[in-house]
Amino acid sequence: MTFVSTADLLAILPELMVMAGGCLVLVLAPVISEARKEWLVYLSLAVLSAAFVVSYWFMGPLIGSPRSVFSGLYVLDAYGAFWKLLLLVVSALIILLAKAHLKLEGMDLPEFYAFILLSLAGMMVMVSGTDLLVIYLGLELMSIALYIMAGFKRYALRSLEAAAKYFILGSFASGILLYGISLLFGRTGSTTLVGIREGIAGLPPGDPILMLAMGLLIVGFGFKVAAVPFHMWTPDVYEGSPTSVTAYMAVASKAAGFAAFVRVFMDALGGAQDSWQMLLVACCVATMILGNVVAIAQTNIKRMLAYSSIAHAGYALIGLVAADAFGIASVMLYLALYAVMNLGAFAVVTMLRRGGLEGDEIDDFTGLARRNKWAAFVMLLFMFSLAGIPPTAGFIAKLYVFTAAVGAGMAWLAVLGVVFAAVSAYFYLRVVMVMYMREPGETVGTPGYDVRVVASPATIAVLLIAALGVLVLGVFPDPLIQAAQSAILPLR
Amino acid sequence: MRDIILNTTALPHLLTLLIALPLVGVAMMAFFKDDAAAKRIAFWTTGSEFVLSLPLYLWFDPATHYMQFVEIVPWITAPSINYAVGIDGISLWLVLLTTLLTPICVVCSWTSITSRAREFMIALLVMETAMVGVFCALDFVLFYVFWEAMLIPMYLLIGVWGGANRVYAAIKFFLYTLAGSLLLLVAIIVLYFEGGHTFDILALSRASYSETLQAWLFWAFFAAFAVKVPMFPFHTWLPDAHVEAPTAGSVLLASVLLKMGAYGFLRFSLPMLPDASQRFTPAILALSVIAILYGAYMALAQSDLKKLIAYSSVSHMGFVTLGMFVRNTQGVEGALLQMLNHGITTGGLFLCVGLIYERTHSRQIAHNGGLSKSMPRYATCLVIFALSSLGLPGTNSFVGEFLVLVGSFMYSKTIAALATLGIILAAVYLLGMVQRVAFGVSIEKTARLNDLNWCEMATLVPLVILVFWIGIFPNPFLEPMHASVAHMFEVMDRESVLP
Repeated sequence: MTFVSTADLLAILPELMVMAGGCLVLVLAPVISEARKEWLVYLSLAVLSAAFVVSYWFMGPLIGSPRSVFSGLYVLDAYGAFWKLLLLVVSALIILLAKAHLKLEGMDLPEFYAFILLSLAGMMVMVSGTDLLVIYLGLELMSIALYIMAGFKRYALRSLEAAAKYFILGSFASGILLYGISLLFGRTGSTTLVGIREGIAGLPPGDPILMLAMGLLIVGFGFKVAAVPFHMWTPDVYEGSPTSVTAYMAVASKAAGFAAFVRVFMDALGGAQDSWQMLLVACCVATMILGNVVAIAQTNIKRMLAYSSIAHAGYALIGLVAADAFGIASVMLYLALYAVMNLGAFAVVTMLRRGGLEGDEIDDFTGLARRNKWAAFVMLLFMFSLAGIPPTAGFIAKLYVFTAAVGAGMAWLAVLGVVFAAVSAYFYLRVVMVMYMREPGETVGTPGYDVRVVASPATIAVLLIAALGVLVLGVFPDPLIQAAQSAILPLR
Repeated sequence: MRDIILNTTALPHLLTLLIALPLVGVAMMAFFKDDAAAKRIAFWTTGSEFVLSLPLYLWFDPATHYMQFVEIVPWITAPSINYAVGIDGISLWLVLLTTLLTPICVVCSWTSITSRAREFMIALLVMETAMVGVFCALDFVLFYVFWEAMLIPMYLLIGVWGGANRVYAAIKFFLYTLAGSLLLLVAIIVLYFEGGHTFDILALSRASYSETLQAWLFWAFFAAFAVKVPMFPFHTWLPDAHVEAPTAGSVLLASVLLKMGAYGFLRFSLPMLPDASQRFTPAILALSVIAILYGAYMALAQSDLKKLIAYSSVSHMGFVTLGMFVRNTQGVEGALLQMLNHGITTGGLFLCVGLIYERTHSRQIAHNGGLSKSMPRYATCLVIFALSSLGLPGTNSFVGEFLVLVGSFMYSKTIAALATLGIILAAVYLLGMVQRVAFGVSIEKTARLNDLNWCEMATLVPLVILVFWIGIFPNPFLEPMHASVAHMFEVMDRESVLP
């Protein structure tokens, strides 16, 4: 047993910064004067930028040479660094988005930013842990902060219901994950990924306890990434939570979930790939089908985006199912590109006001092109990108997961994927249709009546970044692709 | 990429310039708020695009099958995807057709598009980029990007500026084409792994694939291209889209978008999958003949002018696929020329319908009778395009259809006979239409209409000139095709596997 060394602490410097930043905001929030509340936004952004710089500076030398710290419980590698950078950027954008959104919704409490930072710290631990318990700790830190944020609109019943539902189901999923971890520990005598990998090597193929443990792990991670059949919470929670929180869940917690999912299954359970691959293929297929088909029936844009986020989890799972270097890179690429376009779509939702409420019905987009042509145009971009039409980022994302599937000899999975991508175009295009091909309602009760767009500078900045991201990454994706491909896990 | 020559003597980045220029126009429009400026910018952009595309023909070397005006820049490193463009005798005319028709579309929308004209022009210009890109792309992924990107502006053109039932027509068009295209995407990825880890179209055309794989790929390609052509029974989106689309949308749809499907068969299905193409020839020929006869039969029953022309397009595109799949020089060159002809003639017919719709606000044949008295210039143009469409000797379609029929006669006499029936039917429905619209009883409303002004004439006259030019001197148009078509047959006969 060694003591924690300075080198160990230095290695988790970005995590420590984010965590300390979160605590600082939490402490300052009640004492800071009303007029200076905005400073906490800038403080949080400063912390994120600093952590970004440090992580970026760490990443370069890590490519190809991961560094294990904390006696093998934690690792500093390019894979983790890629996810951390992505999560840091996403969190910064969410904070910018929330700045205006919290005011609009009358819940302008600076503690919000603290929860974002704390939840981010959890995610950063989650993507770098090499011990199942460390990963679990990160996952719980992330989730608990998210449970609170889901209920942040504390006078709204829907928000409270979302928080309660998310908390109960989330705890249940965590329990199942823990059970899986304990079974693995029982079978292999270790909770570290390396230990489990070595333990599995000695087991007979098709060992029932191992199979059960893997199944339970799939339940736990599947819940976090909203894969079918563990998606039940998604529509209600996405609809009820404040939109900036929904965006955070749909983008960041899904990305972190995938990061850990891929690391655990490729690194620790790589030896039992044949067994889990079939389970995940079933999961992946069901996710793509259910997400895309049920989204068609939605009338609330947040519920639609919830089912769309389920469907996208299915596409990202294709990369994990392929289970090779290209597949992993394609998961990373998919989540990064998905983050950009999905954040943009949610950002547009936060700007829409119907009377004193948030305009979260698809009907509220009716005639948006007449009311605000820029808001409608960026939403059009995000919708086409989510549908995967070139030259947007969504196309590159889909191209890569489908290439991964064909490369792994599963062309049928790619065919299934494209069939349901065509289905998805229907509901994404419906939003474009109501925005551009319908006139806004002029009398009470008609769709689009009394809807206005409230654009604050911070939200415009987020939209601009997302819209440019969707186009630039769609046309010049190479730097991001190279980053993802150089940052994949070392395959064993 | 050995099959390439770089025409360094000519403008080195000509094709890239042609692909990018419309986008420059779009960027310029961002600085002008009013619609009038947007229209002028669109006109000058597409006009200079056309002028700039003329050197493609002037400096085109018809003696070689090599790709010309080639430009290759790495785009994505892993898997290696290039920005590779170039043209040969197969794509030359399609590029020129596109650059000719887009300014015409801008002019014909000048007065008819009154709401959101700036957005309309942006959509048109983005379309032009995508259309030119499709015909120039030498990398399969690049091709696919342009092919799909086109759906966005076309969806908006139909859905925002279309007729009463535009939303339904737009979504139908989008979903039909998307569903087919996505299968093409999987086929492209499969080809990448089977054809030597490359997306280079020329390299993929030299590799050889097993019989089963070819069959799968053939039908995946078919899904994408047959919807676009459209071949029977995948044509049902076409009448809806045509009827609802604004004039410019109909023109581009008929003249360029349908050609993309046929171009796909010629560029990909035939050279890459020769065995499967041979094996499934009877099926394709049967569908082509059905399309010729069914399209013509449906056109007979239409009272709406746009629907009539839409079904005639189905019939005429049947000739194109027929010519391609009889797989002999006459057939393929006839099909290629027929693609060009159909673009000119049907484009002209849709322009004519648009012009009369602006005046009478009706596309019903019954509401537009006896125009030759009040609008003699209009009636003349309409008659010329109709005669060209039915293949009157001396007009462009005669040459194309004749070549296709010669080609199919060499393949099978029955098929040639059945296809000829299509031409006879075309004469019936087109002459019927002309008789009623141009010479029929003039109703009160149509007697007082103004004839075409110079601006409207300017959109029709270039097409009229081409109708006769190709009809009387087809050789300059056929000449650049010979080497490329001959080479395509060489490629189809290959046996050896090249890496």
